[in-house]
Amino acid sequence: MDSGEVVCLLGPSGCGKTTTLRMIAGLETPSAGEVLFNDKPVTNLTPEQRNVAMVFQFYALYPALTVGENLAFPLLVEKLSAKDREKRVSDVAEILQLSHILQRYPAEVAEGEKQRIAVARAIIRDPACFLFDEPLSRLDVELRETMRAQIKEVLQGLSKPTVIVTHDQLEALTMADRITIMRDGAVEQIGSPHDVFAKPANAFVASFIGTPQMNLLDAQFAHCEDGTAEVELDGGPLQLGVDKAVSGQSAGPIQIGVRPRAFSLASDPSSSTITVEAEIIESMGAETLVHARTPKQTEIRVVVPRETRVKSGEVLHLTPDPGQTHVFDADGKAVRT
Amino acid sequence: MLFRSNAKNQTREVDQAGWGRTFGATVVSLIYFFPVLIIIITAFKEHTDALAVPAKLFPDFLSFIVPEGLTFKPTFDNFVHVFSRSYSAGAAAQDTGFDRFFFNSIFIAGFSVLLALFIGTLAAFGFSRYPLKGNDTYLFVILTTRMLPAIVVIIPVMLMFRVTGLSGTYTGIILLYTAFNLPFTIWMMKSFFDELSPDVEDAARIDGSSERRVFFKICLPQVLAGLAATAVFGLILTWNEFLFALLLTGVETRTVPVAMSQTIGGDIGVRWGLLAAIETLFLIPVILVTFFLQNQLLRGVTFGTVKR
Repeated sequence: MDSGEVVCLLGPSGCGKTTTLRMIAGLETPSAGEVLFNDKPVTNLTPEQRNVAMVFQFYALYPALTVGENLAFPLLVEKLSAKDREKRVSDVAEILQLSHILQRYPAEVAEGEKQRIAVARAIIRDPACFLFDEPLSRLDVELRETMRAQIKEVLQGLSKPTVIVTHDQLEALTMADRITIMRDGAVEQIGSPHDVFAKPANAFVASFIGTPQMNLLDAQFAHCEDGTAEVELDGGPLQLGVDKAVSGQSAGPIQIGVRPRAFSLASDPSSSTITVEAEIIESMGAETLVHARTPKQTEIRVVVPRETRVKSGEVLHLTPDPGQTHVFDADGKAVRT
Repeated sequence: MLFRSNAKNQTREVDQAGWGRTFGATVVSLIYFFPVLIIIITAFKEHTDALAVPAKLFPDFLSFIVPEGLTFKPTFDNFVHVFSRSYSAGAAAQDTGFDRFFFNSIFIAGFSVLLALFIGTLAAFGFSRYPLKGNDTYLFVILTTRMLPAIVVIIPVMLMFRVTGLSGTYTGIILLYTAFNLPFTIWMMKSFFDELSPDVEDAARIDGSSERRVFFKICLPQVLAGLAATAVFGLILTWNEFLFALLLTGVETRTVPVAMSQTIGGDIGVRWGLLAAIETLFLIPVILVTFFLQNQLLRGVTFGTVKR
């Protein structure tokens, strides 16, 4: 990781994100492998020796200390005069708008303020890196957006490597320079927010990133020429515009991944359209989400613009966008140049 | 009244009960308090008034509203006699040694409760945060000494004291009471530590704290209410302990409950007034401590919600 870089660990709950973070912090010992800071192993160092700062999911403020004392606590290790300490506390309190509540106890302040206290306590020292564990999960939607911007701003001012654990992809996509997607304790893909969205490494990442979820359709691959693949979907033939690398694929079962927004509606059926019947219509405001089924009952989610009126029971002909059609082989790995 | 006045400090308002329920609760608490009340009243009675039937419940300055037969003339003689009295008719008053016994009770109970709190809190933190293999077994074994009636273990304990020469010493009885308070202290404090969020401690570690500072600066302040509650219970148990004190303290180290039992008897039968005066005095320290710690306890419970 570079200094100033923000990496998000993203994954479903129980995939080992927090454990990874705790290993970086030194709160947990890895059963195998090493943790490196600046190419130096720190695996056997205690948290205090590693000089990291962490913001916990439930803030972990010290209930018996005032907000001011909470902020000053990390400074106790440094041999500072009381005056310097106070200055640092008031500086940080200024940045995060906490000056008016320094005398209060954590139980007496609002949820958003607790979050800011936790961030303030982390940045008051000059640590080697920052760790955030689900920093926004406890806030309501509105507060979450403000805090997200605020945290991002604070982090940009600090230019320290930062690791953020989250299960909220929006949080990861907005805050991270790089996203690490994890499942069952293993890394599935590391890449920029753009890459993990546009070029998912495998079917898991493809379905995990993006809302509404990407459609993953089971199909039989026949052959592929000049970026047009001949596949069998629901027993019927279908021509798909795909990545050139698919030519190297041998015939057999594949998965086709198309995001709900990557369909266009055709007026007539053709060899390159999928015919579905609209079932449930959900208005999402700017767009409309249509849950549709093929004649063989395969479910497909399609997002259409608000102006396009779709009625339940209507038959639609969908053309997948060739540039956004992903092919995953039998092992779920993306086939891509 | 104690609870009522403190309840006002809580931030969340709870509907107060109406007069009917309040009256009911008053009646029940008066029934509870009645034995103590009788003792306190008796402490101010002369010997003949103390024995009178029906009981004279009211001091004579209330005679304008109470029928004459039910009043008595209050006296402080009993309290004086606690510390100094003549043991036979016409003899000069002698020091009874009760000042010493009160000191012994306070010293022994206070010291052993504090010692048990100190050891027990550390042990409880250990059991809670650094569990041993078979942690629960140890906790269970610790508690077994309290599962038997005291009378069952008194003989082995007496033998141990005889062999070690601890019989009749402060050290002996303090050690014994500490050992008796420990299981309870450990169990109570462990449950309080178990309630704390381990994240908070991890945060302190990341912020560069040693384990010692994590314990003293972060964990301990969060369980002050627990410490107060444990101290009160331990103190009441120790303060009133009779059997072990009877058999294991000497003339010098005798505690008030033992000394009190030894005032029963003599040429005019049981001196109820004197006995009640001792008991009344004996109540005062434990009531004071409980009262003080109760405030601490309530502040601890509402911690963080009360502005200071």
